[in-house]
Amino acid sequence: MSDLLKFDLLSASIALKNKEFSSLELTNAYLEAIEQTSALGAYLEIVKDHSMDMAKASDKNIKNGTARPLEGLPIGVKDMFCTKYIKTTASSKILDNFCPPYESTVTQNLWDDGAVMLGKLSCDEFAMGSSNETAAKGNVVNPWQKNSKMSPGGSSGGSASAVASRSALAATGTDTGGSIRQPAAFCGITGLKPTYGRCSRWGIVAFSSSLDQAGPLTRTVSDAALMLNSMAGHDKKDSTSANLEMPDLMNYLDKGVKGKKIGIPKEYTQDGISDDIVKFYQKSINWLKVSGAEIVPVSLPHTKYALPVYYIIAPAEASSNLARYDGVRYGKRNEAASLDEMYEITRGNGFGEEVKRRIMIGTYVLSSGYYDAYYLKAQKVRRLIKEDFDNVFEEVDYILTPSTPTTAFELGKKQDPLTMYLNDIFTVPASLAGLPGISLPVGLDKSGLPIGIQLIANSFDESGLISTARVLERSAEFNFIADGAAK
Amino acid sequence: MSNKESIVDIPTVNKIARLSRLNIPDASKQNLTNDLNNILGFVAQLDEVNTSDVEPLASVTGHKLPLRSDKVTDGNIEDLVLKNAPESSSGFFVVPKVIE
Repeated sequence: MSDLLKFDLLSASIALKNKEFSSLELTNAYLEAIEQTSALGAYLEIVKDHSMDMAKASDKNIKNGTARPLEGLPIGVKDMFCTKYIKTTASSKILDNFCPPYESTVTQNLWDDGAVMLGKLSCDEFAMGSSNETAAKGNVVNPWQKNSKMSPGGSSGGSASAVASRSALAATGTDTGGSIRQPAAFCGITGLKPTYGRCSRWGIVAFSSSLDQAGPLTRTVSDAALMLNSMAGHDKKDSTSANLEMPDLMNYLDKGVKGKKIGIPKEYTQDGISDDIVKFYQKSINWLKVSGAEIVPVSLPHTKYALPVYYIIAPAEASSNLARYDGVRYGKRNEAASLDEMYEITRGNGFGEEVKRRIMIGTYVLSSGYYDAYYLKAQKVRRLIKEDFDNVFEEVDYILTPSTPTTAFELGKKQDPLTMYLNDIFTVPASLAGLPGISLPVGLDKSGLPIGIQLIANSFDESGLISTARVLERSAEFNFIADGAAK
Repeated sequence: MSNKESIVDIPTVNKIARLSRLNIPDASKQNLTNDLNNILGFVAQLDEVNTSDVEPLASVTGHKLPLRSDKVTDGNIEDLVLKNAPESSSGFFVVPKVIE
């Protein structure tokens, strides 16, 4: 099959501009790859004609010398992003037939920069999950050891599976408590969650509004920089969008880490973390040290409270955000005699089990008599978690942690909601503090599954995050390809 | 949250389901009750943290919400707004009858 699949986002963009091949050829190679890997279930919607039209338009721009930064590069979109007149379901039955009459700001930014859309990617329902098993249309399969059916992680499981299986050159994701970084780690690719406010949330299906943030899932750190350059930017339509210029991240690929201080938090080396991950965590520390960074032990004392805080705040915000699915203005409706019954039956049938569980928790912690004890308490501890990071960033430039306590697990193996929640133990703290984080693959465990390492930076220091991640990437030389990848 | 009345039972699940406008089949109520108790038991560890002098954190950005002038910026898209409605008539969303 196609040699074209070997190019990553950056090298494909250079090859397109050098006219080594056309965007239409590249796009067709990916459309074939999508067919070849369809058993993984990454795509919910393929928009072949639309992709080819976009590719042809890109080829014209390249020919005319008016190529934009992502001109002609075929990418996938997580189904949490509203795409104009293209079905957007957030992997939920309740939005089964929803075709938004508008485009999310982030995806519009990508199309304005010339990217070609391949289709919509599966995720956990309303991005609530860590295994992609809560998707209404069923789970996605991790392309690594595809025969033993490992979870791709979640919630951006479709995005991670597509990039790792080479059925998308790159993909968008959203991250509320780890939904970009954890699936990236499970699938052996790079996933970047920017600072809260860096990417507009306008047109992204809302889950937990004080935490949701869009970001790229890509093959390399340079690709993440290239893609985030286009995704980020101030947007008047999102009142929490930061009115702050982001420097061109491509200028930071080779800045290195000489003289930088890397914090190693003692709270992130707990029981239950796999030996192979500990080993590669140590290796990563050494790589940074050898490259000229200073390693500094630090402490984030409230780390253990991050998950309990998250599982109050995220469901609370979700219960309020998901009130809009009422069977009146859009989405599915189940008929009933009265308005209240119609709401209850529509929502009872339309939402899956995990979403209902979180709406119930959220409603409970916000209900009269419990608000102070749960919700307000969680917001207070959230401040302490953020202050932990503020204090540590007085001393160090970046924080290095494992991305996940284990590598990918088998689909269907984690039935208890709490066990599932523990997956996000290393990613949730940075989310609560609104900090940017990146997960990149640094090695394989004994059974051949990818291991991810996470770097966390201070607010709006995506450029430094990229420089540091590039050092790790070059040291790790992770050149493995998933056995389930398109050939 | 340490007070013992906060433990969820089936009548509480019924009440919360009602507030959430969620129809929960009787057969799943016991499981849901157990799940909620497990999750609420897990988050109860926040009780250990002394927060007496801590202000709640609602936003990490620290920036002031921007204001804009109260002017219409788009409109005249009635068809688009109604396009996804399960039922509409004469430019309105239709719901089940609410008055007798």
